[in-house]
Amino acid sequence: MYSDAVLKHLTNPQFVGEIERPSARGESFNPVCGDRMTLMLQVSDGLIDEARFLVDGCPPSIAAGSVLTGLLVGRQVGEATLLTPQQVSAELGGLPRNKEHCAILAIDALRAALATLPAVSRTESTRFGEDQNP
Amino acid sequence: MPENEERMKVDYDEEGERRVMRRVYLDNSATTRVDNKVVEAMLPYLTGSFGNASSTHYWGQEARQAIEDARQRVATALNANPGEVIFVSGGTESDNLAIKGVAEAYAKTGRHIITTRFEHSAVMKSCADLESRGWQVTYLPVYREGVVRIGDVQNALTDSTVLVTVMHANNEIGTIQPIAEISQLIRERRAAGQKNLFLHTDAVQTVGKLPVDVQALGVDLLSLSSHKFNGPKGCGVLYVRRGTRLHKQLHGGHHERDLRSGTENVPQIVGLAQALELAVTDLPARMEHCRRLRDRLETGLIAAVPYVRVNGDRQQRVPGVTNLNFDFIEGEGLQISLDLKGIAVSTGSACSSGSTEPSHVLVALGLDSENGRGTIRFSFGVDNTEEDVDQVLNVLPALVDKLRQLSPRARLILNHEPGGQMVPTII
Repeated sequence: MYSDAVLKHLTNPQFVGEIERPSARGESFNPVCGDRMTLMLQVSDGLIDEARFLVDGCPPSIAAGSVLTGLLVGRQVGEATLLTPQQVSAELGGLPRNKEHCAILAIDALRAALATLPAVSRTESTRFGEDQNP
Repeated sequence: MPENEERMKVDYDEEGERRVMRRVYLDNSATTRVDNKVVEAMLPYLTGSFGNASSTHYWGQEARQAIEDARQRVATALNANPGEVIFVSGGTESDNLAIKGVAEAYAKTGRHIITTRFEHSAVMKSCADLESRGWQVTYLPVYREGVVRIGDVQNALTDSTVLVTVMHANNEIGTIQPIAEISQLIRERRAAGQKNLFLHTDAVQTVGKLPVDVQALGVDLLSLSSHKFNGPKGCGVLYVRRGTRLHKQLHGGHHERDLRSGTENVPQIVGLAQALELAVTDLPARMEHCRRLRDRLETGLIAAVPYVRVNGDRQQRVPGVTNLNFDFIEGEGLQISLDLKGIAVSTGSACSSGSTEPSHVLVALGLDSENGRGTIRFSFGVDNTEEDVDQVLNVLPALVDKLRQLSPRARLILNHEPGGQMVPTII
């Protein structure tokens, strides 16, 4: 039913946990299936140094959090803003159609987290770099 | 093929060391291994004895004899008459024929049916189909204990009720329903003049696991499925008490008292009868065996893992089933993690888009997407051993702990408790 990649991340999820004083923190919730994800980032000079996640969710949601954090570490904030659910899904070798929302859950958490960054930290951001300062 | 063929699973531990482990099958409520004696009994009818039981020549009569012999054996096992045993393709067909068959046959008497909120989908959907065609269906509550209350049945019965259909034991949580007491209510109403009122029970989860005697239960119709008690798939029985009319659902060549057309599936029917006879003969020992293993697992898990709840009444249930909720995790994650460790179980709470709730059975118990999320059913059979239980006890607590490490809710609650086991991963 699930790809080897999903099973691998379910068994050994990477970057699980919390960051004590994160630069950015975002939460996402899927009211349809009840899954909930928290993502924390440590950013310096526009670069994501650390990423950690927690999730109340099913295997693909766990795997999506694990893959997403893996994609984020070492990446520029600007690049991170461009990540899509399709990329997360592709990293997982594809998800069953009724589980595609798990990749969306992860990207929603990412977007929520990036939106909490001070504008200076996302100078390279193309999508979230507007003048708002949430 | 050895009697207890062990399948092996290759696993790698944390250090990447290769380990070979036994596979453990604890999903006997889903299906069971076909007994070797059953396979032996079936083989002649899959090879040389291939006749069509409707044919009047030698080959046909050989098949006819095998079917009638099987019918006699099934009748003996259920304490019924051979003429009351209808062979069908399995539990689903049996439930459909019983419910729609009675409803349609007695539509002029009344169009009201009583059932429960946690029947098998074959019953639920048959009732829903009748509802869409003008019948009224009352779905009785089963409460937190997962047992229907006699008072509710009594209150639901009306002069237009023609059928009460209540499962003998629930397929997800194993709780046993008071069928004989319901039958008593129905007999009283019949004695008072409501002749066309019938009782059906889906006994798919109890035949071969509990004593099932149609006279003692007082049912008019009873459904069973062969593959749940070490028989072949694709075969079942509908017991129909003499005097109960059914509107047939399959039209054709008048087979099975013209209630179920279709050339009889001789090997499966022979296999079903053989499996049923073996199960009934060995029933007390099987029940004790399954109860002992189930209790060992349940006690062990409750002791080893905090925040575990047993779903449904713990006394009034079939011996080999336990349905446990592991708080703060999602059932599918644990089910798949167990499978990767070679342990097969099932979950009632797989999330999917479009579904916010756990299974309709868990919802009927009052559980929701928060407190019914981490549900696992363990179901035992004749092949299971203490070693199987110990393998689960060795593996499962660590898997639950690992999954809870991921959960914000679990970390919040367990880390603030004196006995909480979790260590936060904060960098």
